[in-house]
Amino acid sequence: MSAAAAVRLLHGEVSVGDQLPELAYPVTATTVVLGALAARDWRPMHHDKDFAVNRNGTRDIFLNTPNQAAWFERFVTDWTGPYGRLQRMTFRMLGSIFPGDTMVFRGVVTDTGVDETGCGWVEIDIAVSVDDDPKTTCKARVALPVDDQDNPWTRQGPRWRP
Amino acid sequence: MSAIQVDDIEGLIGTELYPEVGEFPVEQGYVWTTCASVENGNPLFWDSALAEEVTGGPIAPPTMVSVWFRPHHWAPNRETPGLPLQVHFDLKEGLGLPEAVMSDNTIVFHEPVRPGDRLSTRQILRSVSEEKTTKLGTGRFWVIDVEYTNQRDELVAVESYTGFGYRRPAGSAERS
Repeated sequence: MSAAAAVRLLHGEVSVGDQLPELAYPVTATTVVLGALAARDWRPMHHDKDFAVNRNGTRDIFLNTPNQAAWFERFVTDWTGPYGRLQRMTFRMLGSIFPGDTMVFRGVVTDTGVDETGCGWVEIDIAVSVDDDPKTTCKARVALPVDDQDNPWTRQGPRWRP
Repeated sequence: MSAIQVDDIEGLIGTELYPEVGEFPVEQGYVWTTCASVENGNPLFWDSALAEEVTGGPIAPPTMVSVWFRPHHWAPNRETPGLPLQVHFDLKEGLGLPEAVMSDNTIVFHEPVRPGDRLSTRQILRSVSEEKTTKLGTGRFWVIDVEYTNQRDELVAVESYTGFGYRRPAGSAERS
């Protein structure tokens, strides 16, 4: 793929209240185990059901936190394309996600702006829910190109104020 | 470092603690493993020509920053690695607060992390509150930053954790 052909969401195309395309994903034991190993998280409650049930008192193994961050990143950049550059993310864990759950990511734009260096940014409230019950929330701020010539990834030092 | 007592706190605020160099360099294979685990098709991680044009070469997903500090499950001649967020455990021990929860955490992303980078980390205690009582019990809130830098000493990310260490009210039930 050429860079010109990639999705390139521009700052001016985004307004407060815009919703990100919803992402629904059926979680399996493989999802949980693969996510734990990808994050080098060897704790047994993320791969050993017997430990999770009998030691942790949960109903099954559950998705680990670092891998959820990777899911949130994917959800945001599916929307922005590769020019979207994350500035910050704040997570709040509310509940666990288990095999058999269908997790649903939803996000809404809550603020937009351009900082003093000319970097365009948007803020998004995201939640991953199971049966409409939020399990983790994430406030994300992501930089977007302000025009076709702009690329947030070229910003360094004082020109990058995340 | 070890247990952090009340009298230690003022002198430790802002001090860099537990500096550590990652056990292995940032590697492309683990980038693909992580992208596969969440079906992340962002071409930055799969298309080297596009990555060259957009990010000046391949990068790792920003949210992977803490992955580079989780050791492999085994390594020869390894000493026991310190706990992530050791400062959190030092505070619990020194302040006599047996229980703790993390209320939230924030990651701020700076320079991109690239395959081949060797990252370093350090923990910085930012604040400790006076004793407060919540529905969980009586204890203190604290904020700990984990700073990540690359081999050029450029800041790549800062994670901030807000913790609450506490004692359960007398007579409350033990949690499993």
